[in-house]
Amino acid sequence: MDRFVFLTFDGLSRGAVYAAFALALVLIWRATRIVNFAQGAMAVATAYVGYSVSAATGSYWLGFVVAVLGGLVLGAATERVVMRFVDHSSHLNGVVVALGLVLVIQGVLGMIYGNEFRPAEAPFSREAFTVGGIALLSPFDLFVFGAVFIVVVLLAVLFTRTSVGLRMRASAFAPDVSRLLGVNVGGMLTLGWALAAAVGSLAGMLVLPTELGLHPNAMDIVFVSSFTAAVVGGLDSAVGAVAGGLIVGLLLSYVSGYLGATVAPIAVLLLLVVVLLGRPGGLFSRSAARAV
Amino acid sequence: MSVTLAPKVDAGPRQAKQPGQRRHLLWTVAAAVLILVLSYLLPPFRNYQLATVGAYLCVTAGLTVLTGLNGQLSLGHGALMAAGAYTVALVQEKLAGRGQWTLLVAVLAAIVVATAAGAVVGLAAARLRGPYLAGLTLAVAVLVPAIASTFDKTFNSDQGLSVYVDPPPVALGAAFPYERWQAWLAWIGALLTVLLLATLVSGRFGRALRAVRDDEAAARLAGVNVARTQVLAFVVSAACAGLGGALFAVLAQSVSPGAFPLSLSLFLVMAIVIGGLGSLAGAIWGAVLLVALPALAHSVTDSIDVSPAVAQRLEGNLPLALFGITLIVVMLAAPGGIASLRPRRRKA
Repeated sequence: MDRFVFLTFDGLSRGAVYAAFALALVLIWRATRIVNFAQGAMAVATAYVGYSVSAATGSYWLGFVVAVLGGLVLGAATERVVMRFVDHSSHLNGVVVALGLVLVIQGVLGMIYGNEFRPAEAPFSREAFTVGGIALLSPFDLFVFGAVFIVVVLLAVLFTRTSVGLRMRASAFAPDVSRLLGVNVGGMLTLGWALAAAVGSLAGMLVLPTELGLHPNAMDIVFVSSFTAAVVGGLDSAVGAVAGGLIVGLLLSYVSGYLGATVAPIAVLLLLVVVLLGRPGGLFSRSAARAV
Repeated sequence: MSVTLAPKVDAGPRQAKQPGQRRHLLWTVAAAVLILVLSYLLPPFRNYQLATVGAYLCVTAGLTVLTGLNGQLSLGHGALMAAGAYTVALVQEKLAGRGQWTLLVAVLAAIVVATAAGAVVGLAAARLRGPYLAGLTLAVAVLVPAIASTFDKTFNSDQGLSVYVDPPPVALGAAFPYERWQAWLAWIGALLTVLLLATLVSGRFGRALRAVRDDEAAARLAGVNVARTQVLAFVVSAACAGLGGALFAVLAQSVSPGAFPLSLSLFLVMAIVIGGLGSLAGAIWGAVLLVALPALAHSVTDSIDVSPAVAQRLEGNLPLALFGITLIVVMLAAPGGIASLRPRRRKA
């Protein structure tokens, strides 16, 4: 029972990170119909920059802020320089270009920092509090929950309560009409990519200290888990992404806790297969007609 | 455009079939002669590279059929290669030292295992589109180390297995260079693969593949069984990947998860995109590129004067960056993206 409680909290904490990362995927998917396969690599790149700043200045938080801001810049640059020019006649194009970005980013990171694992320092202790002999949560887990909660609330407010959010939704929903009504659709796309990449970078900063460490490929497995989370929630739904993230986090935690850590990726693949074959629109979708 | 495909599906050019097959056969014989001559002219290391091109060619040719002709993107072919490679290692271990024929058994077993794995993925893939399929196959690709460590009794986790390979047959002479034998082995596999694929896609199956890629609804109206065609495409390309992986195991004489990273799967996609999707000739260029670019990176790092640690970093990662940049540039420079990279000339 103790173990179950601990694994549940651990899973929710992991799930919060996957939720944030999945949210970033959903943001871009809704705006551009591209699944950003480069998001993991982009997050690792900004994490490397953040930790370099931390190492140079001695301040974790300065590095943290630089990583998230770096995400904003990298996301905007990716949209402006590369993704804007992707031809949308085939849905393969966006994927292939994103994979090209993955190779470039991982190659450049490897050239600059090398392919060794580097420890990623956590800002808070990862020792769990114990209540009545049961290990529950670590201060770092609380930090993760807090950060993800703030991001989700901020995004929700941005999209539902502000004029910029309305314009972003409009440009995603009906680009041509929005353009006629004076919305800067291109600018909104850039903003969407910047926001998504910043959220992705934040998720990277939250997940790398746990067990992964810094490595050019560190986020590959996180990307797969988060993609699964986004698919579980339905790629179109922000609420679904958060729920999907928590589901995947719990699944991973239970599987690695009871069956061993190496089985976890297999469990993720099985979940992905089951959801894709059973409910391709995600667990929360209403039935929708597929365009022929 | 796609609608015009409809009448062509049944009016198969039965007359054109024979000359097409003869042409493929002629090309294959010519290529075999070329490889034979090359294998005698090249020094051992170049022969090894030649063999590697052959092993890659099996995979890129199969992937071209899947992605180029059928429009299904797979990021998981590295994992299918691993399936083939591990099968060879296990079978060879069981049959070690009984003669050359065991290699044939091992390679056939590798093809069977990879085909079965491909059929499982393909059954799921036939119901998926675009990014969903890419994500699923990506999940398969990152699974290799996890499977190797979960079943570490069989696969020996990260260390991997060594592959027993017999020396060249005595009939070829005692001084027969081992690398030349490797080149022969790899290219026997590669040429057979390309010949079979070329024959397969120039016929009815190839037309069905293209019809499904261009417009599923139109293909279905024309009587093509869309799901079956997609699964078959996956199975065929998985078999090729299994063969390629088997050959890799034979060439390297070892298998480990590190030899089949995610970047290998991405390299394969890149190779066929740059080589030119939809033509088997493109697959050849892609396979050459996969061997030539790292070699180029190696000579670049050799020529500049840096510390050994930096040189090692550069050598491992420069190809990645080069591949990525080439891929992005090709995708953006070809105005229609993948679609416009298809060969203009349609034979079906």
